[in-house]
Amino acid sequence: MKVAYWPGCVSRGFTAELHGSMAAVAPMLDIELVELDRANCCGAGVIAEHSQELADTLNARTFALAQQEITQGADLMMNICSTCQGAQSECQQRLDASAEYRAQVNETLADEGLEYQDGIINKNFLWVLVEEIGLDKLKTLVKQPLTDLRVGPFYGCYIVRPTDRLDINRAQPRDEYLGQVIETLGGTVIDYAGSHKCCGFPIITMNKEASLEQAGRHLADATDAEADCLVTPCPLCHLNLDLQQPMAAKQVGRDLNMPVLHLPQLVGLALGISPKELGLQHHIVKPTSVIDWSQAVVGGVSGW
Amino acid sequence: MAEFKLKIRRYDPESGAAPYWDEHTVDLEPHRSVLEGILQARNEKDGSIGVRCSCRAAICGSCGVRVNGKPGLACHTHLDDALASAGEDGVIEVEPMGNMPIIKDLIVDMDAVHWKKIQRVTPWLIGKEPVPEREYIVSRESMIDVTQSMACIQCGACVSDCLSMEVDPLFVGPAALAKTYRFVGDPRDAAHEQRLKDLGEDKHGIYDCTHCFKCIEACPKGVAPMNQIMRLRRIAGNDFHIKDRNNGERHEMAFVNNIEKNGILHEADLLPDSYGGKFHPRAVPELIASLPIVVTALLRRKMTPGKALLHPHKAPDGVKRIFEVVEGREERTEFNLYISGTDADNAPNPEVAEAIEAAEPAGVAPDGSEGSSA
Ligand code: SF4
Ligand code: SF4
Ligand code: FES
Repeated sequence: MKVAYWPGCVSRGFTAELHGSMAAVAPMLDIELVELDRANCCGAGVIAEHSQELADTLNARTFALAQQEITQGADLMMNICSTCQGAQSECQQRLDASAEYRAQVNETLADEGLEYQDGIINKNFLWVLVEEIGLDKLKTLVKQPLTDLRVGPFYGCYIVRPTDRLDINRAQPRDEYLGQVIETLGGTVIDYAGSHKCCGFPIITMNKEASLEQAGRHLADATDAEADCLVTPCPLCHLNLDLQQPMAAKQVGRDLNMPVLHLPQLVGLALGISPKELGLQHHIVKPTSVIDWSQAVVGGVSGW
Repeated sequence: MAEFKLKIRRYDPESGAAPYWDEHTVDLEPHRSVLEGILQARNEKDGSIGVRCSCRAAICGSCGVRVNGKPGLACHTHLDDALASAGEDGVIEVEPMGNMPIIKDLIVDMDAVHWKKIQRVTPWLIGKEPVPEREYIVSRESMIDVTQSMACIQCGACVSDCLSMEVDPLFVGPAALAKTYRFVGDPRDAAHEQRLKDLGEDKHGIYDCTHCFKCIEACPKGVAPMNQIMRLRRIAGNDFHIKDRNNGERHEMAFVNNIEKNGILHEADLLPDSYGGKFHPRAVPELIASLPIVVTALLRRKMTPGKALLHPHKAPDGVKRIFEVVEGREERTEFNLYISGTDADNAPNPEVAEAIEAAEPAGVAPDGSEGSSA
């Protein structure tokens, strides 16, 4: 399949290994990525907090650019960030709700020759995996099942709430997909308190203690549940859970040593890509448990 | 009638015993509520089950509980829906709400948390002076705007699951902040700026919300407290330019300016700018505190010095233009779905239209004027 691909900002900035690992797994899953390199930041909820119309117009611009690719054969728009998914879905809900409002937004876009038509399909890589590629197909592609790897899912708020906006329901349990993917890849799903909670990142500059307390608690809960690692589809969660983990450990007064993987990295490991190619060496918390596991499986991975 | 299995969380702090689960089978029609299920168990099986309720019609807000882990009103949750969201064993789990101490079983201490926080935000109108001889005159639109926050029935479901409150019990919280918007959005109130300054400067005020959507998901009345909090922040920053000590306004503006300049986020600038810029006295200790992480990140080549210092990306002209147009408007456009509804909601319902058509002589509306029945 071919997707109009919005990688997001953080996945090309502080978590560049996310964008890199997505590029590495895409061909193996038969996904052609047409990168929307002129598109802009989704606003991460902060621009909407400042001005709703500004956020809506910026995202309508991204949608319009994606729709140009869709007319030229892309199947849908894909993102790799829970926060992009949520912030963009929020704007899309308003844009799709009213022709009058859409016209106002499109008038601003017209200067650039762009127009957003309602009803774009924009899916996070997680949703694409389950709904477009399918777990059965994914299973056939697994080269190194994640046997004995104990993985805790960490979704990120924006991709699980509000359920009506994100079309999460019994027929489409998008808030259970991470577990389904981990299982399909052969891993063990760890059930712990924090899987659907907030990483705390949005308030890191406003109330650092409360922010790090959230990250620290979830990491500690996962540790107590004996997880080897966490996996997340959200690079902002990754910032608070991995980059800030040393500070979070201080905040909760515990030694934490919990590797946090990006979703395409976990998929890549099971598809047989080396940890190095997936950029695991760039994480702040060394994913030793994951590397040990992969060495046990492939019998030695060099290059650390 | 049908049988439903209810598993009720029991706890009596005075007894000194630990909480436990208590299972009862009740026999009721599937469209009956979980509350009726609990009451049947209490009336017929075990009179000691503690539950609070009054109106049984989603009006009084006294029956907040968690059903299968999700907060809501027991009287407003049908047994068949609860069964559908139950686990594989088909047992409906009923627990007390979170973030508040338990008095007994399903009854939590709303006074200790919820009502205290409501009191904290001065939950009454501070009328503008001079008080008019007759009523205050306000526009219709401005009152419609606050109806969403007025729909709150004080059930505490949002407080129960607030993720900021879970780590910071001092957080003013969703219900009280939605209540704040009820007055900040009211043109008759004289204290908009004081209210916002107070809650912006409070470390546990409007900038302590982590934007987790839990309260939106929890609220049985569509109040969407988080959206009201975002409106409070918007008014605090844009209209009153309140520079709070929590860097809330600075962070928002640092982000907005960052995107205007770069099109995509340049994180290396965001952090220092959120504290007032790299050389701002507030930024220095923060940056020093994060130094060990920056060093590790550099060692792991997560960041490169080049990436941290240079601006490889410039905003496309289209993005600049959007900022110019939208930021240049005299009034902010806010499109609130709760009030406006979608085009589909507002479209005439063909069935209703047909019925009206059939009931009326064609072409003449009830008031005698000519027109269509739509
Ligand atoms: S969005 Fe904010 S107020 Fe609402 S539950 Fe989350 S942290 Fe609490
Ligand atoms: S905002 Fe909604 S959930 Fe919160 S107390 Fe009011 S009615 Fe209940
Ligand atoms: S009993 Fe009044 S709201 Fe449920």
